[in-house]
Amino acid sequence: MPQQRIRVLIAKPGLDGHDRGAKIIARALRDAGMEVIYTGLRQTPEMIASAAVQEDVDVIGLSILSGAHNTICPQLMTLLKQKGMDDVTVLVGGIIPGADIPALKQAGIAEIFLPGTSTQDIVEFINKKHANS
Amino acid sequence: MTDHKKTSAPTLPEKSPTRRSPSPEEKSWEQNTLAPVLDKSPERQREFTTISGHPIRRLYSQADLPDWDPKTQLGYPGEPPYTRGIHSTMHRGRLWTMRQFAGFGAAEDTNQRFRYLLSQGQTGLSTAFDLPTLMGYDSDHALSEGEVGKCGVAISSLADMEVLFDQIPLANVTTSMTINSPAAVIWAMYLAVAEKQGADWKKISGTLQNDILKEYIAQKEYIYPPEPSMRLVIDTFEFAVKETPKFNPISVSGYHIREAGSTAIQELAFTLRDGLEYIEYALRRGMNLDELGPQLSFFFNAHSDFFEEIAKYRAARRIWHKAMIERYGSKNPRTWALRFHTQTAGCSLTAQQPYNNVVRTALQALSAVLGGTQSLHTNSLDEAWALPTEFAATIALRTQQIIAHETGVSNTVDPLGGSYFVEALTNEVEAGAWDYIHKIDSMGGMVAAIERSYPQREIAEASYRYQMELDKKEKLMVGVNDFISEEKPLDILQIDETVAHRQAARLNKLRAERSQEAVTRSLAALRKAAQCKENLMPAIYAAVKAYATLGEICEALRQVFGSYEEVAIT
Repeated sequence: MPQQRIRVLIAKPGLDGHDRGAKIIARALRDAGMEVIYTGLRQTPEMIASAAVQEDVDVIGLSILSGAHNTICPQLMTLLKQKGMDDVTVLVGGIIPGADIPALKQAGIAEIFLPGTSTQDIVEFINKKHANS
Repeated sequence: MTDHKKTSAPTLPEKSPTRRSPSPEEKSWEQNTLAPVLDKSPERQREFTTISGHPIRRLYSQADLPDWDPKTQLGYPGEPPYTRGIHSTMHRGRLWTMRQFAGFGAAEDTNQRFRYLLSQGQTGLSTAFDLPTLMGYDSDHALSEGEVGKCGVAISSLADMEVLFDQIPLANVTTSMTINSPAAVIWAMYLAVAEKQGADWKKISGTLQNDILKEYIAQKEYIYPPEPSMRLVIDTFEFAVKETPKFNPISVSGYHIREAGSTAIQELAFTLRDGLEYIEYALRRGMNLDELGPQLSFFFNAHSDFFEEIAKYRAARRIWHKAMIERYGSKNPRTWALRFHTQTAGCSLTAQQPYNNVVRTALQALSAVLGGTQSLHTNSLDEAWALPTEFAATIALRTQQIIAHETGVSNTVDPLGGSYFVEALTNEVEAGAWDYIHKIDSMGGMVAAIERSYPQREIAEASYRYQMELDKKEKLMVGVNDFISEEKPLDILQIDETVAHRQAARLNKLRAERSQEAVTRSLAALRKAAQCKENLMPAIYAAVKAYATLGEICEALRQVFGSYEEVAIT
């Protein structure tokens, strides 16, 4: 039986337009055999949650460099819960000060990837997480 | 030579090394001295490339400059083709301007940082605005939530601008403002503060970034579609030529193109082609190039590959001079001479072992100085984490002061001129940039190329290729993919949400106290002007003076111009 490909939504929330990281991750995950949907720029948490439902994704990757993570992430997690998407794995990549990480994980972010992370590490994390699902 | 073969795809469309014609002495050296060594111990790598993937040969000699003519390609400083610099005495006459980019929180927070930096010997100001301001939203707009004062200072109206420059005499200080889509509005606010201080517009000087093309290409902070955006840019050009002859209405920027992951050649080519595009639009408006030319300025990145960067700055001056003469028949030497600001590469800073960033920044800054920069920003060691603390920003400024006053590198003009390697690399970088410029010409110009996503795609390719090189450890970043060690976290600058509350309170007060009727009238006049062809600066200035907010003014223009959405490339 052919294995279902892991579906990933890469999203760029907030007003920031620096999309180098988001684009690299989208391409690296695609090269690793995943189905990747990229939202484009300036997505509100509502838009991201709706896209996640519509595309029925397994993973959401948020790229945030602007310092707005403490506002955006909890909002998105609440919306996902409301839409019954509790099982989606939400990852954050970008500039996240160490002091903010515990609260983000508490809010349900599965992992936070800081600058300098190799794309293989992210691929491996997702593959491991979804190996049995 | 054995290492010409490439193992990975070359950076397109860069030229392969120029044909070499080694002298008999060099051939003898290769046979008698080099070959036995290579037989015994091969070199560290099969091929050596710059951080951009440009091939670098083992040794450069006269053989690498077969057709090189120092008279036409090197010249003398202050003379065409400006390879050696745009001034005859360069940094012996006057050091570059030490211009540290700063901005965070509300206007009063940044005002304090500005005054601190000036007190520490900084010689020019440079303003970073927060994302809502960059996108033309007031601090209390729904989309501003979580972003107020985070990446720069929050400026929503003339009232904020008055606080930002409180007790800073605009007649005596030069100010750079990193603002693009709403540049005309922010500039109008600056001019209003200058007027209020009694500073003569004819004498004030500074630079507005105002480079919308690189926003579509790289940084993506655009509001309107390209055509109305270009109109706004040309409106500021006309206004600047007439009203503020010492103010640069644009800083054509490669910095952000490079940060988005381009190669050095792409940065150079796309930036200069952007510059040509602005000139094309200005000429179509009926402007005179030799009146405008002296007010055009540029902004490059200082990345980590030392010699490639120096070659880039030298090639930039040569290309611009050639283009001004050959394309437009410019008669004004001040149009020919490319002036530029440099910032060290933010994307080269590592979150890991952040103190290493001081060293990276110093070396990058050195390349900018040796490349003949007119002004320089050095990044702070903590900027992979947050906006800099005062402590970190001070070290960054001190780095420039050490280069200027301790190293002796500015004691002579263009100390690397005549180096076989630097001259050959300058030639290669120039040739690679011209290839791109011609390609974009053939697409019908930069706006047309952007609409086809051409530069966006080239940059995305280069950025992905570099990431793969890092992942495979073909390129090393100290502390990131090698030489890894444990470290203690840094103390970083935190911007809390009280900034947003202060801003909201100030906006409420402003809206209650200003004449609503004057605001409504000025915004209606602006919309009307936008529907016609007239220059929008006077209408924007009037709205700013009536204390219409940035958000209100940008929204009025959005109603006429519409907004832009890109086709996302991944």
